[in-house]
Amino acid sequence: MATHKHLTQRTNQQWLDALRSPENTEALAELRHSLVRGLRYALASHMAVTEADLEDFAQEALLKILSALDTFQGRSHFITWSNKIAVHVALTELRRKRWQNIALQDLDPQKSSETVFAETLPAPDSHPEKKITQRDLIRLLEHLMTNVLTDRQRQALTATMIQGMPLEEVARRMKSNRNALYKLLYDARKKLKQGLLAEGFSPQEVLAAFEA
Amino acid sequence: MIELEPTALKKIIKQILETEPGEIGCERCFEQLDQFVDLTLAGKNAAEALPLVQKHLEHCRDCREEFEVLLSALHTLV
Repeated sequence: MATHKHLTQRTNQQWLDALRSPENTEALAELRHSLVRGLRYALASHMAVTEADLEDFAQEALLKILSALDTFQGRSHFITWSNKIAVHVALTELRRKRWQNIALQDLDPQKSSETVFAETLPAPDSHPEKKITQRDLIRLLEHLMTNVLTDRQRQALTATMIQGMPLEEVARRMKSNRNALYKLLYDARKKLKQGLLAEGFSPQEVLAAFEA
Repeated sequence: MIELEPTALKKIIKQILETEPGEIGCERCFEQLDQFVDLTLAGKNAAEALPLVQKHLEHCRDCREEFEVLLSALHTLV
């Protein structure tokens, strides 16, 4: 694919100069148009997004872009960098709206780790010569989640990986931020990986438990 | 009763097993996402150029979604 071109032929520096200028109305309008058009296309299948939402997202993004101009290092096209900010604004708000009435404790109790693993216990293994079975694996995972993870790690992991809540939303409810939550989940995954492999199986052997 | 399907469980196990030292967080990924996207749109191997971003996108659903939406948004400008 050829390098992508933009609505105008402004170079990165031309964008920066135009937006920093006291007469930046035209450049702002052009940028706004680019952001709205991009979001409109990319979020077309998202039922909850209205034209008014798109305008709001673009406006909020423009404010962030203008205040962050000095941080733009020119490692990408200015339009890519700007759209990145707009997408982040849009998705953050859409996730917030989608999950706003759902507290962590409201997440499906039938999807708590205990019930989930109990329900997914497969039939007794018909190939007893296999080194590790799904049944073993499920029990081991349940044991590790209950005994090796901290309460916060278990709560975060259950909410994101099992119940599908966005990291941003889980972080908000746990009075944290997305970056810190990712690290909490990373620490949890590390412990679980350690625990799984401490049984003496290689990753391939563990995954082989899911082969028919 | 709602169940977690074996495919979903396998996905979780795989994510756990693919955990590696030195993973970057969401902030670091966000900083480099525009570069990653430009490389992708130019048909270059973004995963090879920015492997830690690639790894993060494999583990983080939020960032993965932002990457895909950004890619889609920029396609209107190609």
